[in-house]
Amino acid sequence: MSLLRRPRARLALAVWLALVAVLAAIVLRSHFTADMSVFLPREPTPEQRLLVEQLREGMVSRLILVGVEGGDADARAETSRRIAARLRGDARFASVNNGETTHLEADQRWLFDNRYALSPRVTPERFSEAGLRTALQDTLDFLASPAGLLAKPLVTRDPTGEMMSLLQGLATGGQPQRDEHGVWTSRDGNTALLVLLTRASGADIDAQEAAMGAVRDAFDTARGELPQAAAATALKLEMTGPGVFSVESRATIKSEVGRIATLGTVLVVTLLLVVYRSLPVLLLSLLPMITGALAGVAAVGLGFGVVHGLTLGFGTTLIGEAVDYAIYLFVQGGSGRDIRQFWPTIRLGLLTSIAGFVALFFSGFPGLAQLGVYSVAGITVAALTTRYLLPALLPENFRLRDVTPLGRRLSALAAASTRLRWLVPVLAVAAVAVLVVKRDSLWNNELLALSPVPAAAQELDLRLRAEMGAPDSRYLVVVNGADADAALRAAEQLAPTLDALRAEGVLDGWDSPARYLPSLATQQARLAAIPARAELEQRLNAAAVGLPLSASRLTPFLDDATAAHDRPPLTRSGMEGTSLSLAVDAMLLSTGHGARALLPLRAPAANGHVVDAARVRAALAQAGIAGDPLFLDLKHESDSLYAGYLDEAIKLSLGGAAAVVLILLLFQRSPQRVWRACAPLVAAVLVVCAGLALAGEQLILLHLVGMLLIVAVGSNYTLFFAAEDGMPDPRTLASLLFATLTTVSGFGLLAISQVPVLHAIGITVGPGALLSLAFCAMMSPLPRRSSQPG
Amino acid sequence: MIRRLLATLALLLAAAPTLAAGWGLEQLMATLADNPGGRVSFVETRYMALLDAPIEASGELVYVAPSRLERHTVKPKPESMVLDGDRLSLSRDGQTHTLRLRDYPEAAALIDSIRATLAGDRATLEKTYALKLSGNAGRWALDLLPADPAVARLVSRIRLSGSSGEVHEVEIFQADGDRSVMRIGKPQR
Repeated sequence: MSLLRRPRARLALAVWLALVAVLAAIVLRSHFTADMSVFLPREPTPEQRLLVEQLREGMVSRLILVGVEGGDADARAETSRRIAARLRGDARFASVNNGETTHLEADQRWLFDNRYALSPRVTPERFSEAGLRTALQDTLDFLASPAGLLAKPLVTRDPTGEMMSLLQGLATGGQPQRDEHGVWTSRDGNTALLVLLTRASGADIDAQEAAMGAVRDAFDTARGELPQAAAATALKLEMTGPGVFSVESRATIKSEVGRIATLGTVLVVTLLLVVYRSLPVLLLSLLPMITGALAGVAAVGLGFGVVHGLTLGFGTTLIGEAVDYAIYLFVQGGSGRDIRQFWPTIRLGLLTSIAGFVALFFSGFPGLAQLGVYSVAGITVAALTTRYLLPALLPENFRLRDVTPLGRRLSALAAASTRLRWLVPVLAVAAVAVLVVKRDSLWNNELLALSPVPAAAQELDLRLRAEMGAPDSRYLVVVNGADADAALRAAEQLAPTLDALRAEGVLDGWDSPARYLPSLATQQARLAAIPARAELEQRLNAAAVGLPLSASRLTPFLDDATAAHDRPPLTRSGMEGTSLSLAVDAMLLSTGHGARALLPLRAPAANGHVVDAARVRAALAQAGIAGDPLFLDLKHESDSLYAGYLDEAIKLSLGGAAAVVLILLLFQRSPQRVWRACAPLVAAVLVVCAGLALAGEQLILLHLVGMLLIVAVGSNYTLFFAAEDGMPDPRTLASLLFATLTTVSGFGLLAISQVPVLHAIGITVGPGALLSLAFCAMMSPLPRRSSQPG
Repeated sequence: MIRRLLATLALLLAAAPTLAAGWGLEQLMATLADNPGGRVSFVETRYMALLDAPIEASGELVYVAPSRLERHTVKPKPESMVLDGDRLSLSRDGQTHTLRLRDYPEAAALIDSIRATLAGDRATLEKTYALKLSGNAGRWALDLLPADPAVARLVSRIRLSGSSGEVHEVEIFQADGDRSVMRIGKPQR
């Protein structure tokens, strides 16, 4: 290659190769993720941190809800049993429940064995002579009740009824119904239901994927073993839950990013081939794009530690954006013009783009910040590669095929379009009118709107969740302690406050890890309330005088009460094998520097299932309890988190747009030129928004970012019109059309994505870029020079 | 435990008032089917091996044809139990627990039998029980003998006795040898 003999070319190539090597090394060492971390604010409040932790690690994040549909009821029940039996032996699952009562017995045995340490009614007063008499009388009354048969087998061992009171305390929350086979089914009876709890957190997507695979295997095996082949083949497996969502989101993001990147490349390459009709030129023009993409990923990796899949998805748009510079170079420079002649316009366009993207740096929403960093690094490197590497690599006598004929036709078209100049203000005003009318339904205010989970999957989740009565754990009180026991003590101290709130009707109920695992002090206090055997026997004899239940029958009670003294204190490890251990695990978490107890609150139906946050906070503050109890409304937190992002994004977008205008003013030094560059952009943004509103698409954060991008990217094109003080020459016009088309194909592909975040950007920027160019042409002054060829 | 509880509840609900106008199993059933419901007092005595003396509960029963039964106990402690369709709720000490019968197939079989008795639905009754009628129109006794082994594990026999169109007594013989007798007062209209 002769061009490599040129020293400048060699230098440029060497610098570029070194740069690519460094970038590639950084990219290879970067971590990639597709989880919820992208939604965690960079400087979270304690509430927000808890929210994201719950979403990532909480009990709810580990739930997998399974439905078996199709076939007949027998086949479904049998499949449910076989899946459950197989998964119960799988270490990846902490709990497998399909309605069969297998674990209930273990739970009840554990509760019964430990009733004196667990029951809040065990006090010195209750074990006094008078207290025992009251307790015995209550038990006799209970025996006369319709529910009395329940207590009858336990009376001799538990005459004070501690077990019954424990069971009553635990009997909360709905459960699905059982069919005649004893497994859970949906209300219509057409779906067998299972609830699985994975050991791994919901944020561990690989583990969640493995767990889903295990469920599928168990289902296939169970189906294969069914005697009725016909019913077996009709069976269908459905899974949902936060972990399932994460797995599916990651798969969607992966496949979509791959698909969009491939399609985008093919489209852009085809377009460039049609324009250039030269393979070497095509390959050269892809260099800035590849270098830019590498630089973008490397910058995000360096700046954030992890690169989110969505950033990569967004990055595919850079394919269309980054080749623009090469298009200007080849098409405008291909006629022999030196790049230095039109570089200032490109450089100004680059600056305005950077100004737009830099605004995103300041977002507290890491997703947006990543996007900004990726774009700034990407387009800067792409532009610099175009400016300094490509000219050096071009043959000295480089001539591209003449696109002037096309340019002339475009010029004629553009000139004709100026007759429609009145259309721009009319459309803009109409768009404003539409936006004013639709202003209330314009925005989607839920964080869920950003979720890549398709609506069908969300519906399935809602349906199975409703059938299961699965907890949504919206309201929590959180207390911290230096260790698990301290957190349990703090949770116990909350009991009077929460009970009072319940009595006032603010709460319907509440749960606490201390209910299943009392603190050591509480356990000891309870056991100390039981007198020594001889003393207890004497009190019992006195208490039972005149009652139909004679003390002589209650020797098993004396044995149990005495044995309770000698038991080692209850610990979490002693609960293994019961489903109560799961309850403790869900509500008692170890943090980096201690332990945290989560107390779920149930909202009263009378108040529309909403808890009065102010009253709970006031009561907690008044109680002055250790461990800084914090009331948390997860839905409120997530919505306000999103509202905060949205609010911030609006400010940043306006700031970005202002920066673009400022830069234009600074460089163009002509308000009229700036107006000519900006007016089409403003009109395009308005018309796109109105179009989306009319199409019934609710705007999310990323539409807003899309609008900023219309300004940042579109200004590249409009600048050429402003710079030429009228219609650009035919070649420039042709290059602009090509550049816009590549950009539109990049963003247009995003628009067909199922991932809302990607779709929103695509559907905004794609049409926006086209409209910017069209409006610009319509609004340009009537051609003076460029109407004559040459 | 819950199943036993429900089984007991089902048995006790058998004590709802019935007004028989005719005589013979066929006619008894026909009369029961015409029963619009009503309100009666009850006194229930339980004999348990566990206790030195029987214990007593009393209150009021309400039957609203065809599927609602209420038992409001006044002594020894106020509580109420309401079976309506598939839902069973129990209120005691200011707390109410609601269960779905379908979740407890054994108890559901029992309740269905009770309902069938009250509704005079002999066919349904005979799915779970063997029926034995004795005495005469002036003084009759209907024995329900569980044919379902799951039900038989809880109860060995239920005996409803009465005269003409009125049920006076429901006696439940539990499988463990314990026994309860519910005496039913005159219907209050």
